Amino acid sequence: MNRDKVISVKNLSKKFGEFIAVDRISFEVERGEIFGFLGANGAGKTTAMRMLCGLSYPTSGSGTVAGYDIMTQGEEIKRHIGYMSQRFSLYEDLTVWENIRLYAGIYGLNRRQTLRRTVELLDRLQFRSEIRTRVGSLPLGWKQKLAFSVATLHRPEVVFLDEPTGGVDPVTRRQFWELIYEAAAAGTTVFVTTHYMDEAEYCSRVSIMVDGQIRALDTPTLLKQQFAAKSMDEVFRTLARDAKRGE
Amino acid sequence: MRTLLILLDKEFRQFIRNSFLPKVALIFPLMIMLVMPWVMTLDVRHIGIAIIDNDRSSLSNRLIRKTDASDYFTLISVPERYDTAFALLEKGDADVIIEVPDGFEQSILLGNPKKMRITANGVNALKGNLGSQYAVRIITQTLTELQREQGIDLPSTEPIVVENRYNPTLEYRNYMIPALMIMLLIMLCGFLPSLNLVGEKETGTIEQINVTPVGRFTFTLAKLIPYWIIGLVVLSIAMLLAYLVYGLSPVGSLGAIYLAAALFVLTMSGLGVTIANGSSTMQQAMFVMFFFVMIFVLMSGLITPVASMPEWAQWITRFLPPRYFIEIMQAVYLKGTTVKELWANYTALTAFAIILNLLATLTYKKRS
Repeated sequence: MNRDKVISVKNLSKKFGEFIAVDRISFEVERGEIFGFLGANGAGKTTAMRMLCGLSYPTSGSGTVAGYDIMTQGEEIKRHIGYMSQRFSLYEDLTVWENIRLYAGIYGLNRRQTLRRTVELLDRLQFRSEIRTRVGSLPLGWKQKLAFSVATLHRPEVVFLDEPTGGVDPVTRRQFWELIYEAAAAGTTVFVTTHYMDEAEYCSRVSIMVDGQIRALDTPTLLKQQFAAKSMDEVFRTLARDAKRGE
Repeated sequence: MRTLLILLDKEFRQFIRNSFLPKVALIFPLMIMLVMPWVMTLDVRHIGIAIIDNDRSSLSNRLIRKTDASDYFTLISVPERYDTAFALLEKGDADVIIEVPDGFEQSILLGNPKKMRITANGVNALKGNLGSQYAVRIITQTLTELQREQGIDLPSTEPIVVENRYNPTLEYRNYMIPALMIMLLIMLCGFLPSLNLVGEKETGTIEQINVTPVGRFTFTLAKLIPYWIIGLVVLSIAMLLAYLVYGLSPVGSLGAIYLAAALFVLTMSGLGVTIANGSSTMQQAMFVMFFFVMIFVLMSGLITPVASMPEWAQWITRFLPPRYFIEIMQAVYLKGTTVKELWANYTALTAFAIILNLLATLTYKKRS
């Protein structure tokens, strides 16, 4: 197996009864890529992502994440990935430090590693003064940045981000993407869904899902050429126009 | 193991920071142990009584005075006629009527006693039933006194001696207190872990945990251990209160009580988590839990003894874990029965604990 394909998926499907949420998707993601996973609401992005993270069983198809089989080695996958869901999911009644320590402990980091990485993390986010603040009282943008940093604390091979910048102001979004670039530069593969087309331009490669299927997959530059469009926004709109599924 | 400790640390911190849970854990046992034993009593007192005295003898007079002085009766009226008394009964002022026949004392002295009539209102079956029993008792007492004073032989007043063992005063309260402790454990160790777990589902934090390598067994255990500890602490507080306030201490060994309580707490929390695993909202978990609690309270012998239920209902109670715990608690608390004598109940509780906790672990799905 090619070690440089961090994610490799073939004909992956998920059905809920009669409804086909994800319809035979196939793609590969290389190490260190920032892979943009685009699609309108209800196109099946989150379902696909949940299958890759071992949160949901595929109905059919096959694939590997970080070298482990998504059908049979879900728990192994979980050791090697980070995940940040749409809903903010750190514990709001615990402090910044308590959340960091909790997840560091869960991923088996020892005391020294935990302390060193915590200091790095807090410096990067300029968060030192907030270490004893309860997470619930932080502004949304700060929470998102913290959640991302906690999700990558154990240096996972891939980090999955499900609409990480929803509801966040442009300045914070920019800062968030700087964090993503740093993580990618350090060798972590980033798999990100988003609705912001300017963010899509930052990705190394982009796939666009419509009605459970991947309709386009390439670098932003080539996609724009292919669809004779000026921006990713136009590309997206051209594809999403044919969507049968509503909101 | 390390993961478990980390998760436990998290659970305890969250418990203490919660604005509501620590208060519940404290106020609940106080409330249950200080208020309920006074309210939940089946000792019927102050039964309204009307006595129709057709005899107007010293005997009937004595009966009236004795009734008036009794704590069990409140003498409502001494009407002339049965109709008047019956009207009182219908209105609900009187619960019991005693009618003393004309020439009653005379008939007794002659050795051929006339019959007295007792009428009881059966609408409140318990009150009517106990009321007529008390009435018979107080009449018998009056007659016995007369017999002793005048040295006459009375064929119908052969005194029956009833001696209540183990709960000498037959106070319902003593029977109730161990049962109330059980209710406490059902509420704290069944409800709270269930709500806690569903709470994590509602906030979405459980999904973050599901995407980590934390095992479902470890995660479930970390949810349960705090409530086991809380359950046993609360039980200790309740036993202390029972001793301080009601002077009731267990006749049997504390070890027997704690062993049974530990098994029971395991059972209830296992049930709570199983229900939480099947529910996606707090309301859902609450309703299902409430359904079980109602059955437990009404059918396990908490309030009414299992032995007096119909055959088929008794059969159902075999599947209710609290039934076994209630038998243990009442036997150990009031009689001093040992673990060895109650082995069947301990075995049943152990079996329930294992089954429900297995179920709790198996129904927790990290993946859908």
